[in-house]
Amino acid sequence: MEQKENTRDKIYNFIIENYLFGDTDTELKDDESLLAKGIVDSTGILELVLYVEKTFNIKVKDEDMIPDNLDSINQIVRYINDSPHR
Amino acid sequence: MLVHEFLENSAGKLPDKVALITETGRYNYRLIEEKSRKISEALMADGLNKGDRVAVFMDNSLDAVAGIFGILKAGGVFVIINPTTKVDKLTYILNHCQASMMFSSQDKLSMITKCLRNILSLKSIYVSGYGANLVDTAGKRIVYLKDIFCGKIVNPAAPVIRATDLASIIYTSGSTGVAKGVVMTHHNMVSSANSITQYLRSSSSDIVLSALPLSFDYGLYQVIMAFKVGATVILKKAFGYPYRALETIVKEKVTGFPIVPTISALITKMENLKNMKFDCLRYITNTGDALPADHIKKLRKIFPKTKIYSMYGLTECKRVTYLDPDQIESRPASVGKPMPGVETFVVDNCGKSVGPNVVGELVVKGPNVMQGYWNMPDETDKFLKYIKATTDRVLFTGDLFHYDKEGFLYFVGRKGEMIKSCGEKVSPKEVENVIHGMPSVSEVAVVGVDDPVLGQAVKAYVVKANEADITNGDIKKYCAKRLEDHMVPKYIEFRSSLPRTETGKVSKSALI
Repeated sequence: MEQKENTRDKIYNFIIENYLFGDTDTELKDDESLLAKGIVDSTGILELVLYVEKTFNIKVKDEDMIPDNLDSINQIVRYINDSPHR
Repeated sequence: MLVHEFLENSAGKLPDKVALITETGRYNYRLIEEKSRKISEALMADGLNKGDRVAVFMDNSLDAVAGIFGILKAGGVFVIINPTTKVDKLTYILNHCQASMMFSSQDKLSMITKCLRNILSLKSIYVSGYGANLVDTAGKRIVYLKDIFCGKIVNPAAPVIRATDLASIIYTSGSTGVAKGVVMTHHNMVSSANSITQYLRSSSSDIVLSALPLSFDYGLYQVIMAFKVGATVILKKAFGYPYRALETIVKEKVTGFPIVPTISALITKMENLKNMKFDCLRYITNTGDALPADHIKKLRKIFPKTKIYSMYGLTECKRVTYLDPDQIESRPASVGKPMPGVETFVVDNCGKSVGPNVVGELVVKGPNVMQGYWNMPDETDKFLKYIKATTDRVLFTGDLFHYDKEGFLYFVGRKGEMIKSCGEKVSPKEVENVIHGMPSVSEVAVVGVDDPVLGQAVKAYVVKANEADITNGDIKKYCAKRLEDHMVPKYIEFRSSLPRTETGKVSKSALI
């Protein structure tokens, strides 16, 4: 449980720092679509993937780069936790 | 011919054909024609006069497309605004073009509310989606598009619209830091669409995948041109997930895929595409910035049966050149020759044509050239001029080119300092003006630096005022609240002073 919270917080902080530039005024819920909310675009997703690979020591395959795995904080956390490479 | 007649003709010939596929569904020509008809009738009933400006401030969507064609049918001029535009610039654009009406969506209303009181010309806002009513509408009428779509077509007297009437204004970043509205008539737009669909050999069997915003002329014309030939457009809000986009190409049997180098950078990074077959894809087009030679090579490997069109254009004349795909291997660096109906000259500082292999400014003549910048006669005169015995003014692009002995054109660079990020122009001055607005900044210089994905990334060199306590994040956050996404600096470097030339101007070349 503790590990899950850590993962979630790391992802949340990365998004706030890098895409919202530390602006916590914008409400970001864990199940909200990052793309639909305009928080990340295609290059942003690439940065997010690089961060996930480096921080959690997993390889995100091309075919895994889909909204089901990366489009909300919840989905990213689930993807990381389910990743067999961890 | 008028722009909205493209839709009317296709709806007449192919009413049941799918015209548009978005995240919300698949829509045929009959439905889009009906929706735009209802919108046009509502606008006329609301008092829209011919030539009135109507802003469209929305993400790519069915309602945005129906809105654009509805405005045109009613004789209005649509002003399409980047959906990531922030309050100050939105206020500036709406006031500058004196928009009387605006189309937007429910999720943008809280932001729009902040500028309503300052836009006196605006009477009504047409809203896509449903939600809580605005608390303070500053006396503006709020109309929900869904309510219009529930109504019936009543056939009021339609205005007489001619090809020489204005159709659109697209705001583009200007070197002075102030956005300029590029004005196009129906004739301008129809001519461009005719030329481009001619060289792309577009037909009703085409299925085009576009993730480019409608506020970018390259994205807007994907819809206009598809409607002209009765094709289908898959309109995405953003090119979010490269793999998903490629899956869409296979699944929907996409035939046309317009990209900018940022998209090709993302695609060519992918490794496991061997199992995907893209035989359906007839062509890829690229503009916005030159496609690097290694991207061309990799794209040809991933899409062996696809023709790749390297093209060049600017909002002020839509498109200028394209390279015949058969030439891409022998001349990967060329953007080709003028498209049908367009003439180009490369001229020296005196406006005199230069010979092959001599660098000069590219000048464009043709029916695609804009009427001018909205309400900016001086700025218009700087770019539209008479040369030789031309009866029409020609466009000075501000871009440097040379051509080879066979007439193929090569982009060399930009006059001035404009940056191209993600294929869109960014005025360093506009970004500098915003950063200068921070009290803790004393000096700032913005430049473009090479970036493998963005083409150029925006970089700001900042001198703090009195050793103020500000960070990179503070500056980015400040910019993100005031600038469109692609204009927010990616890099910030603090300096104790900025290098200057002998005349006291900041020397940007000494910075990089």
